[in-house]
Amino acid sequence: MSMNPVGRPTRPEVAATNDSVHPTLTGGRGLLQDEPLIFELGGWDKTGVDLPEAGGDTSVLGDLVRAEPIGLPGLSEPEAMRHYVRLSQKNHAIDLALYPLGSCTMKHNPRLNEKAARYPGFSDIHPLQPQSTVQGALELMDRLAHWLKTLTGMPAVALSPKAGAHGELCGLLAIRAAHEAKVAREGGARRTTVLTPTSAHGTNPATAAFVGYQVQEIAQTADGRVDLADLEAKLGPHVAAIMVTNPNTCGLFERDILEIARLTHAVGAYFYCDGANFNAIVGRVRPGDLGVDAMHINLHKTFSTPHGGGGPGAGPVVLSQALAPFAPVPWVVHGADGLQLLEQPEGEAADAFGRMCAFHGQMGMFVRAYAYMLSHGADGLRQAAEDAVLNANYVKARLSDVMTAAFPDGPCMHEALFDDRWLEGTGVTTLDFAKAMIDEGFHPMTMYFPLVVHGAMLIEPTETEPKHELDRFTDTLRVLAEAAKAGEVERFKGAPYHAPLRRLDETAAARKPRLRWTPPPAHAIAAE
Amino acid sequence: MRYLPLTPEDRRDMLGVIGAPSVDALFADVPTAARLPGPVDLPRHQGELEVERELLTLAARNRVAGQYPFFCGAGAYRHHVPATVDHLIQRSEFLTSYTPYQPEISQGTLQVLFEFQTQVAALTGMEVANASLYEGSTAAAEAVMMASRITRRNKAVLSPGLHPHYAETVQTLAHAVGMEIERLPLAIDAEAEVVSHIGPDTACVVVQTPNLFGAATDVTAIGEAARAAGALLIVVVTEAVSFGLLKSPGAMGADIVAAEGQSIGNGLNFGGPYVGLFAFREKFVRQAPGRLAGETVDADGRRGFVLTLSTREQHIRRDKATSNICTNSGLCALAFNIHMSLLGETGLRRLAALNHQQARKLKATLDAVPGVQVLTPRFFNEMAVRLPAPAAEVVETLAGNGVLAGVPVSRLDPKAGMDDVLLVAATETTRDADIEILGRALTRVLSP
Amino acid sequence: MRFTKDHEWLEPAEDGTVTVGITAYAAEQLGDVVFVELPEVGKTVKAGEGLAVVESVKAASDVYAPVDGEVVAVNDGLPDGPETVNADPEGGAWFAKIKVADPSKLDGLMDRAAYEDYLRSL
Repeated sequence: MSMNPVGRPTRPEVAATNDSVHPTLTGGRGLLQDEPLIFELGGWDKTGVDLPEAGGDTSVLGDLVRAEPIGLPGLSEPEAMRHYVRLSQKNHAIDLALYPLGSCTMKHNPRLNEKAARYPGFSDIHPLQPQSTVQGALELMDRLAHWLKTLTGMPAVALSPKAGAHGELCGLLAIRAAHEAKVAREGGARRTTVLTPTSAHGTNPATAAFVGYQVQEIAQTADGRVDLADLEAKLGPHVAAIMVTNPNTCGLFERDILEIARLTHAVGAYFYCDGANFNAIVGRVRPGDLGVDAMHINLHKTFSTPHGGGGPGAGPVVLSQALAPFAPVPWVVHGADGLQLLEQPEGEAADAFGRMCAFHGQMGMFVRAYAYMLSHGADGLRQAAEDAVLNANYVKARLSDVMTAAFPDGPCMHEALFDDRWLEGTGVTTLDFAKAMIDEGFHPMTMYFPLVVHGAMLIEPTETEPKHELDRFTDTLRVLAEAAKAGEVERFKGAPYHAPLRRLDETAAARKPRLRWTPPPAHAIAAE
Repeated sequence: MRYLPLTPEDRRDMLGVIGAPSVDALFADVPTAARLPGPVDLPRHQGELEVERELLTLAARNRVAGQYPFFCGAGAYRHHVPATVDHLIQRSEFLTSYTPYQPEISQGTLQVLFEFQTQVAALTGMEVANASLYEGSTAAAEAVMMASRITRRNKAVLSPGLHPHYAETVQTLAHAVGMEIERLPLAIDAEAEVVSHIGPDTACVVVQTPNLFGAATDVTAIGEAARAAGALLIVVVTEAVSFGLLKSPGAMGADIVAAEGQSIGNGLNFGGPYVGLFAFREKFVRQAPGRLAGETVDADGRRGFVLTLSTREQHIRRDKATSNICTNSGLCALAFNIHMSLLGETGLRRLAALNHQQARKLKATLDAVPGVQVLTPRFFNEMAVRLPAPAAEVVETLAGNGVLAGVPVSRLDPKAGMDDVLLVAATETTRDADIEILGRALTRVLSP
Repeated sequence: MRFTKDHEWLEPAEDGTVTVGITAYAAEQLGDVVFVELPEVGKTVKAGEGLAVVESVKAASDVYAPVDGEVVAVNDGLPDGPETVNADPEGGAWFAKIKVADPSKLDGLMDRAAYEDYLRSL
């Protein structure tokens, strides 16, 4: 069998050791309220929205009217407010404290962006209103596109992808369409393979396989970069594209990036760059100058649209001249009567490979990202990239004597990568260490990714952390690291002790999945 | 720059700790040829006031739906969202948190997702639902590919009432994985046609109800025909408020439901972000895309929630993942969850009845306009009408007169031969007076 | 019982079939097993190809067919009781029985002593 290296305990190993001397009657702890599910609050006939009773004539629908109960409780407005405020207080948030998830870019989300996205002129317009009535919205998309193109040095951008992975898919579909058009024009064999480094985000091989390509891994050098010799050996006329993240997932800039692009283009393949880490170089380096053919930009990372507990994201894809004709509809173009949306694959957009989603993309995110860009300006974006890199190198410098940096030589970019060599023999794992950080009020770093580093801990502080917060964070980690080495195993194995919940039994959740609330037997009887 | 906390002194001190002479030294790995010497050719940073001015100027150049008699639908619907919803989703702990990978400090988001899954399952009448997908059309594409994995068949048949954007998205994504898509030409009320296109290699049929033209269909017989041939029935819904009045897809035998949830909790936003609802039979769970929240206990035996069955996802399975989807539409799902909790069954049924009532009034008014014919027989809150003139031109003229009259079918499918067909929707936000204005304006514009 | 370097065990029977499972070492490495996907009876398999999938919470791993042959039986109890893989990996948690195409191929596999030496070498 194949042995996957990411396995780790998913069941609490330390049983109940609740330090609470006097358990509370309510299940809450001071300000932290215990909160049941809405289905347990009992509002089966209640509503928190005052609506007039409508006339009940549904004769046009005949027997299509829903007779059976739906099974949805309601809450009055005060109850709803408390329910969600109580729940919210069980979440960590960037507004609360450092959230150093490597590769995820948890930085400050300016509220100006939220305000602007809610202007009725953006939030209360319909995607299919006459185009003459939404010229301001199209102008915003056009200006956003201009900024993205200028910052990346690329001639075109497809705005519609809904998230980073969706953008990857869009980029690879454009690449596939370009290859297919060439085969149709000139003949030749179909290209079958996409190359990705071992350190790639999981979405890269997933996307390539999804689009029908075989995925082959490129080896990594000892200093955490693409192995040029291995790349050269694996490139050939069967290769459709390479997918490389730059700065890569080890937080390092690919020094040989120009050579990587040259070798790739020499065999007629395209260079897809995973732009997840564009925030490290925005304003200082243009991917277009590196030979990139396509790159998605996570607006929720580089341009700070909020992550919202897991979306919505937005993943526009910048494209080279060779790929631009294949961009999916809709396109925003300058027409005789102002800006215009090309929504059909015809005319200028005749070679478009298709459509990624209904309508035109994440307009709400476009407004936020554009507000962010305007606020920073060309100078501020450059400064943001510099501060992000400076902060990461500071964290690396402050921790390298107590933890083991995976690639100690040379600077890192926007994130600092450590491995777990320094924990060897302590009985404490990367997971345990991360859980102890929770007790100190910090969100853990990204763990066990990238896969090329054993017990990886990937720390991305971002540019919006002040120095005193980084000092507090690194001071705390230093003490924790010494405690782990001093054999205080229980402090880590049982952690977190002070979070809303202690370690959860993920094994039980996966063996017998309970994916929805179901009425307890008593309720079922009462309902009959 | 107001978003950057480091002072020049901080930067100098930090470089000292790092042992680097300058920030440039930290970028030493960038090839010299690719280093930009200074800022790119874009404006410099601006204060809040200046940024607000530029954005307000752009916003002012759009016609706001709420300020006009407004009848656009076709997959995005204008409903009233309670103030509580927008307040709560802007709480820092919801807005500025990440995917709940650390369950001990993410119970807020995880419990919301568990409630959301339960609500979506109840609304669609299905056994389980996931924690949301990007939006409705990508959800439909994911459903088609999931059906292919389950049945190990390669073909899908799309019904004549499926929204063209949905059909195109399905074609693009399913084509990417090598599936064959048979898309039936647009027709107003002919969903049952899919049955005669089911063959031995058919993985699924995709039927939208209410469809693009607003027509609701009992899909029970279609589902039976599909399953008799070893295929699955996928039901697409683009107007989630309809769940409050119409028989649920689950009750009609759907195997997978892919829906757009924008109508509940989320504004129009010029097309996004929205929230894809995705529900299915429990036995298919291992083939389902997207995230799932599941119930478990912590070390002290207290109930909690975690993301589960994540081995289906790309960060673990990589090139063997069921889908390349990485994120859900978390904050939009939260808005849906809050609005739905406020409505409850009582409120949702009332809301749906109000929508239907306004649509009946709209039909009565349109019926009275000379030359106009309502084409949709069983509508919920939207209907297709035939005009005695090209619909796109009529809509443009009425927009000039301050009425946003609906969506011409030709905008979605110029080759359908339906240039004279207009889609009009009414919701609880449509006033009786708006309907009268539309009736009068249409009469005026269409009179010879 | 015979073993492979991929941490699978085979128990040959007199009727020309082998019973296949994963070793205690592999089960330990995987952590808590939560799901098992088995092949269909009647499937022809080639050595080195995927035979089954075994998942822990954080990892999905392929179990390879150790020999060429035809799947003649699978352990139906496993999908409903994946914890057996951790509790009794080299007994109750067998995955499949394969009718071996060329029984001479079994001779090249390790016995327990050789497998334990191999584990020590890792």
